[in-house]
Amino acid sequence: MNKQNSLAIDARGLTKRFGTLTAVDHLDLQVPESIIYGFLGPNGSGKTTAIRMLCGLLTPSEGGATVLGLEVPQHAQSLKPQIGYMTQKFSLYGDLTVQENLSFIADIYSYPRASRSQRIEELIENYDLVQQRKQFAGTMSGGQKQRLALACAVLNKPKLLLLDEPTSAVDPKSRRDFWSKLFALADTGTTILVSTHYMDEAERCHRLAILDHGRKVADGAPADLQASTGMSVIEVLANDTRAAQAEMRKLDEVASVTQLGVRLRVLIPESIADPRGLVDRVFTTVGIAAHTEQVPASLEDVFVAATLQRSDVEQAA
Amino acid sequence: MNPASRLLAVMHKELLQLKRDRLTFAMIVGIPVMQMLLFGYAINTDVRNLSSAVANQANTHLSRQFIAELGQTQVLDLKYAVDTPQQLQAMLRSGKISLGIHLPPDFDRRVIDNRRPAAQLLVDAVDPTVLGVANQLRNMPLKFDATVLPPQRAAAFEVRPFYNPERRSAVFVIPGLMGIILTLTMMLFTAVAVVREREHGNLELIINTPVSTVELMVGKVIPYILIGIVQLALILAVGSLLFKVPILGSILDLYLAAAIFIAANLALGLFVSTVVKTQFQAIQATIFFLLPSILLSGFVFPFDGMPRVVQYIGEILPTTHFIRLTRGIMLRDAPLLDMSQELLALAVFTLLAMTAATIRFTKRLD
Repeated sequence: MNKQNSLAIDARGLTKRFGTLTAVDHLDLQVPESIIYGFLGPNGSGKTTAIRMLCGLLTPSEGGATVLGLEVPQHAQSLKPQIGYMTQKFSLYGDLTVQENLSFIADIYSYPRASRSQRIEELIENYDLVQQRKQFAGTMSGGQKQRLALACAVLNKPKLLLLDEPTSAVDPKSRRDFWSKLFALADTGTTILVSTHYMDEAERCHRLAILDHGRKVADGAPADLQASTGMSVIEVLANDTRAAQAEMRKLDEVASVTQLGVRLRVLIPESIADPRGLVDRVFTTVGIAAHTEQVPASLEDVFVAATLQRSDVEQAA
Repeated sequence: MNPASRLLAVMHKELLQLKRDRLTFAMIVGIPVMQMLLFGYAINTDVRNLSSAVANQANTHLSRQFIAELGQTQVLDLKYAVDTPQQLQAMLRSGKISLGIHLPPDFDRRVIDNRRPAAQLLVDAVDPTVLGVANQLRNMPLKFDATVLPPQRAAAFEVRPFYNPERRSAVFVIPGLMGIILTLTMMLFTAVAVVREREHGNLELIINTPVSTVELMVGKVIPYILIGIVQLALILAVGSLLFKVPILGSILDLYLAAAIFIAANLALGLFVSTVVKTQFQAIQATIFFLLPSILLSGFVFPFDGMPRVVQYIGEILPTTHFIRLTRGIMLRDAPLLDMSQELLALAVFTLLAMTAATIRFTKRLD
C-alpha cells in the first residue's frame, strides 16, 4: 500500500449520545499516516468524546472506526500497545518521581528490559527533565508535567499519538517547544491527532477538522480552509468601534461581526460584489470615520463562517 | 512473562505510593492498636459500679448492715442516700442513678416474714444488662443472725463455664475485634485505592495501556493482603501480651482463615470501587457495610438471639464466619476441618464479589 494513501484513522458516522445530549454527531474522519491532524473546536464541541471513542475508551452509540487497521472498540486491547494517549488532565502519579513514572509506564508496556533504562534516559534528556528526575511529578510546573506526560505517551514508540488539549495548562514558550517536539515525532512517522481550541495551534497542523456541537463543520489543510470560506473578510478600524459594530449588525448582507482588539472583522458572503464598497458606503452615510481593508480569512474566520453555515442550514430546515 | 511483569509493576507502584503516604501508613499500624486498646478495655459485659441511691426508711441495725453488704459486692456504687422512694424515682428519671434501693419502714419484719419481699429495687431497665444485674441481686441471700433461714432448694442446674471460665470480656471481644478491624481497613483501603486513581484521572491513562483488568485488580490487591497479614500479627501480639487472650489452636489455621477473610474483604472493596465515583462515597459505602458487620455478626450480640431474617443477613457477612472461626480456633482449639462450612462460605463470598468486580470494571469509561 502506498504510504501516502494509508489511513491511520478512518471513522465513519461515529456518534455518541449521553442521554438526550449528542456529544459527537455522525463524525466522518480520515487521518492519513505521519501527519499532525488537528481537532479544533470550543469546549463541549465533542473533541474529548471523539478521541475517547477512537482509543476504545467509549463505545460509539452508532457508527464505527478503524484505527491503525483495527476496529474499535472490539479490538481496542490489541490497539493499546500501538497508541500513546495524553489526557486533558495530568494523569500520571503525583506521588511518584519523574523517573518512577517513566519506569512504571515502561513496565506496563512491557518495554524490552535490555533497552529500558536507555530509553528512559533518552526521554529524560529529550524532554528536558534531567533536573526533575527525582522530583515528585505532582510538584512540577504545568510545562514540566506536560513534557513528562508526552514522554510517557511516546515511551513505547507508538504509531499513533492521541493528544487531548495538551497545551491547555502551559505558557506560550512551553507551547512552542511542545509543538516542535510534535513536528519531530511526525517526521519519524508518528501520526498525531491533537485537539485544541487555540487558533494558532490549529494553523500548525497539516490538516484539521473543525468541530462544533459534536459535528464536523469543515475539514482540510488550514490554507485550503482559509481559501474556501465562501466569505469576504473586511477589517474595519473605526473611531467609534461600538457604533461601527452596531451599524454592521443592521446590514442583512453581513454574516458576522467580531471585534478583535480595536478592529472589527466583518464577514460578508462572496456572492455579494464589492463587499468593501458596501461597508464604506454605510459608514459614509451614518458619518462614522473608518478605515476598511479586505483581508485574507484567518482560521478564526473559517471557524465563524463554518459554524454560521451550519446554523443557517438548521434554520432553513 | 508479560502479564507477570505488568502485575509486578502495578504492585511495585502501589507499594511506592503507600510508602509515601505517611498517614495511611500510620493508620495501618495505628487503627488496630488503638481499637484493640480502646475496645479491649472498654467493652465489658461484666457490669460493675452501677450508680445507685438508697432510701433507707427503716434505719435499723439490720437494714444498715444489709446496705453495707450490698456495697461490698462492688456491683453497686452507692452514691446517694435519700428519704423517700419518690426521690429515688426522680433521680432515676434525671439519669443520676441506674438503680434505687428502697428499704421500707417495716424492713425488719418483712425479713422475718418470708412471704413478702423485704425491699424494693427501682431499676432503669432501658439497658437490659442493668435489669439482668438487678435480677442477680434478687437472689442475694439475706443473712441475719437472729433469723433461721428456711432451707433453700438446691438449684436445678450446676453451671460449668467452658473456654472462658473467668468470664473475662477481652477473651470474648478480641477474637471478634480482629474481624472488625480487618473488615474496616481492608475494605476501605482497596475501595479508596481504586477510586483515588479514578478521581485523580490516573485510571483514564492506565486503561489506555496494555495492562489488563485482572492484572490491575490483582496487582492493587496483593499489597493490601500483605498489610492485612501484618495487622493480624499486630492484633494477635497485643491480644496475647496485653489482654492474655489464649491462642489454643494452631496459628497456621488462624492465618489460613484470615487469608480467605482478607481476600473476601478486598474483593468487596474492589467491587465497591467499581460502583462509587468518589473517595467520599467509598468511605460511606464502607461504613454502610461495617455497621451490620459489627452488630449482626455475633461480635457484640449473640447470633442466636436475632430474628431468623436478620440471621440470614448476618450469614451473608464475611465477618460473621470469620468471628466464628477465630473464636473456634483461638478459644476452643476447634479443628479447622470441623468448621469447613465457614471457610466455604468465605470462599464463595470472595468468588462472587471478585466476579462482580471484574465484570463491572471494564476498561471503558461508559
